[in-house]
Amino acid sequence: MAHSYTPGLKVTEKAIVKKERRLPLKGEVLVKVGDLVKADDIVARTELPGDVERLNLAGKLGVPPKEASSFLKVSIGDKIKKDQIIAESKGFLGLFKTSIPSPIDGIVENYSDITGMLTLRKPPKKVEIDAYVNGKVVEVIENEGIVVQTPATFIQGIFGIGGEVKGELKLVAKSPDYVLTKNDITEDLKGKIVIGGSLVTSEILNECVKKGVIGIVVGGIDDKDLKDFLGEEIGVAITGQEEKGVTVIVTEGFGQMTMAKKTFDILSKNDGKRASINGATQIRAGVMRPEVIVTYDIDTIVEESKHAEMGMDINSVVRIIRQPYFGAIGKVVGLPSQLQKIETEAHVRVLEFEFEDGKRIVLPRANVELIEE
Amino acid sequence: MKEKDQITRILATDCGSTTTKAILIEKRENEYRLIVRGEAPTTVEAPYEDVTKGVLNAIKEVEELAGIKILDGDNIIKREKSEGDGVDIYISTSSAGGGLQMMVAGVVDKMSAESAARAALGAGSIVMDVIATNDKRMDHERIKRIRTLRPDMILLSGGTDGGTITHVVQLAEIIQAADPKPRFGAGYKLPVIYAGNNKAVDEIKERLEKKTALYIVDNLRPTLEKENLKPARDKIHDLFMEHVMAQAPGYRKLMDMTDVPIMPTPGAVGLLIETIGKRDKIEVLGVDIGGATTDVFSYFQNTFNRTVSANLGMSYSISNVVKEAGLKNIMRWVPFHMDEKDLRNRIRNKMIRPTTIPSTLDELQIEQAISREALRLALEQHKTMAVGLKGVQKERTISDAFEQTSTGETLVNMLTLNLIVGSGGVLSHAPRRVQSALMMIDAFLPEGITMLTVDSIFMMPQLGVLSTVHEKAATEVFEKDCLIRLGSCIAPMGNIKEGQEAVRIKFDDKEFVFNFGDMGVIPLELNKKVKAVISVAKGLDLGNGKGKEVEAELEGGVVGVIVDARGRRPFVLPENDNERVEKLKKWIKALNVYPEK
Repeated sequence: MAHSYTPGLKVTEKAIVKKERRLPLKGEVLVKVGDLVKADDIVARTELPGDVERLNLAGKLGVPPKEASSFLKVSIGDKIKKDQIIAESKGFLGLFKTSIPSPIDGIVENYSDITGMLTLRKPPKKVEIDAYVNGKVVEVIENEGIVVQTPATFIQGIFGIGGEVKGELKLVAKSPDYVLTKNDITEDLKGKIVIGGSLVTSEILNECVKKGVIGIVVGGIDDKDLKDFLGEEIGVAITGQEEKGVTVIVTEGFGQMTMAKKTFDILSKNDGKRASINGATQIRAGVMRPEVIVTYDIDTIVEESKHAEMGMDINSVVRIIRQPYFGAIGKVVGLPSQLQKIETEAHVRVLEFEFEDGKRIVLPRANVELIEE
Repeated sequence: MKEKDQITRILATDCGSTTTKAILIEKRENEYRLIVRGEAPTTVEAPYEDVTKGVLNAIKEVEELAGIKILDGDNIIKREKSEGDGVDIYISTSSAGGGLQMMVAGVVDKMSAESAARAALGAGSIVMDVIATNDKRMDHERIKRIRTLRPDMILLSGGTDGGTITHVVQLAEIIQAADPKPRFGAGYKLPVIYAGNNKAVDEIKERLEKKTALYIVDNLRPTLEKENLKPARDKIHDLFMEHVMAQAPGYRKLMDMTDVPIMPTPGAVGLLIETIGKRDKIEVLGVDIGGATTDVFSYFQNTFNRTVSANLGMSYSISNVVKEAGLKNIMRWVPFHMDEKDLRNRIRNKMIRPTTIPSTLDELQIEQAISREALRLALEQHKTMAVGLKGVQKERTISDAFEQTSTGETLVNMLTLNLIVGSGGVLSHAPRRVQSALMMIDAFLPEGITMLTVDSIFMMPQLGVLSTVHEKAATEVFEKDCLIRLGSCIAPMGNIKEGQEAVRIKFDDKEFVFNFGDMGVIPLELNKKVKAVISVAKGLDLGNGKGKEVEAELEGGVVGVIVDARGRRPFVLPENDNERVEKLKKWIKALNVYPEK
């Protein structure tokens, strides 16, 4: 039977979601398999080695590197306090001594008798990771982190900026094609995640930051606005590190894009509920898409909807993801196997697409994505 | 694996970052020919996250189109005899896995650090930062930088062999203090390649062996006037395969499926380009423009060079092309008026949905405009890298070594260049071949007389790897099915008054005249070669000097002989928007580039 592979984004009301929570370095895991955790609970922690300060000891003492270590008043591994004298030259008859105070609190890491440099290290920094979502710990990655599992509403966006935040979802858009205005961003949205409609501008994003909105989920954004908001052009699509004060999740694409009805409906249903969202996107090998997660009670039974692993078939519901008709949703009514000539004169594999109003067009198979039913 | 003469059916795939392509080659009537080709999106995305799924989908398409059975479930059937279902050999190349991100460190920024950067770039890496003892930063700033950037690996160089070790040891101490962690996987140590003063090896080991995965290779600057990049490049390449490429989901499974080791796509294409240059004793420029990266290969003055512009490509990296080239440079190639906001959004939407294809003429023209800039930038980068390296070692005089402007003259010479080979989706799949020709002419601005070709259906990677196991099959398919000869391009250098007679071409009792500012095509069929006499206007030069006549062999092709009398050095497009669009339209019409709307 004719079928075709087409990647799609996951937009599901109920799914089993697993999240890996991993430390950047090895450390201590604070929970065990079977534990129930809350989104804000710290599940693992470690210490990042402190910043390093290098001191030209030989230079300061005015002696060759090989001799400088004999003037040290501390040993490798010793704890030191800021301004503590860590080396001192003998001087002449006890006079004209050169004393070298420590510039930092920390430890003496090492001394190199080739370069004459003394390396000091500041105290380690604590790094903690939280559970991000409510759920049950189903796996412990030894010394590194955990996997937490929960039944949840799970929505993947297509592009985002900003990292993980947690807060109450607040439906602000009146419809999926609604365009947010400055007046919509009110004081009471502080600490909340706004559900927008088809467009957000840099002006609105700046307003969100001003009013303390922590996240926004919206259908589209103009690239120009994104550039203005970030203050720079995004080159390669690797995001999540931006620290602009608001996490943005775009569900459809660039430009004014009516949010997919299904996405909008699911988000609307969750109005007022607490969500965990992450704007991190990596469009590369090992693709990462931004996400919205609203967890259910851990005992909620989930019948996982069957993902269209087999690909696209006749009657599959798909969305057009390229001009013209970008964003239109309809169903597949034909999958001819022979290549067909399109307007560009390219010969490509096509499908026949039927709009909701019954109108039909032929378009490249590459230009649709499956919508999971 | 079967004996060579037993191999009559070959399956080869190339896993690109966007598309996985499969080809089926069969021996028919004593020669190897391409039978069919299938493709499917590369499946590194969730929910699949397994590169082999895309491979199987592409093979399924081959099965469907060829009407034969190759797969038994998820397994490729390997035939015992040379008949029946299945194939005799399965090979693959891959560029899935994304780019390689490196930091390089060297003692002097214009010397060892620059050589190190060239080694890293030549091996296909993005150089995130160059640390040098004279880079005017404080140690703690350098340390912080190493930590925050989290490179895939570090290349450390510095000092000539036997020279002073203090400075390079100091760099090692900075790396030691930074205690860097790799981007991927908390489980392994960051690879550090040491390619500096051989006398410092023990000190380097003492400082870095415990904290990093340290690899020692020959000094890339053994003496001041010698550059020896190959050992460092080779090591980077090995580690790239091991650490970065193997991160592509499902890659290890694919390794088990193939009969010979998987070759990186650029490596396989480079092999072919170098072979053509050597065999035909010509200067060749090859380009492979992919979704994430653009590779440029050249063979000039008997020297092969390859660069990978890791962030120039037509899908994943499309936004970076805009960032690097600037929107204005892209818009200058769009043959209609267009709103900046609209163009930006369209490019971004391609970035976030990289597997889509243009379905309208406007969209096609926009993509081809972007490709011109990606190709142009990739060649620019290649020119700065492909400098006077003689084989493995470069002999520089002491005075060169001190000047170190961009370190030597580039080997790339558009005037002496004989052949351009274009490859990659946007060139190989252009609906009209003349579109590929024009994209390459606009981007590379060839001078004099240059033969243009494209890889018909983007199969050079597969043929490159095939050449390592079955040269005859690879050569036959390459000559007959892969390389499409578009035709010679004639482009005089210089500028004269618009509309003035620029070029006069005579052959076979025929004469063709082109005015300055125009483009045109002289019909000359495929495989036909003619001896032509070409005269140029006083202010123009085809290689023999200004106004001097040239006798040359012109070769026909599927497009014909293309005459580009738009000028060179400089080549200029009108600044005025209306004039620019008119000019583009005129050239498009002259060459019959796009269908009439």
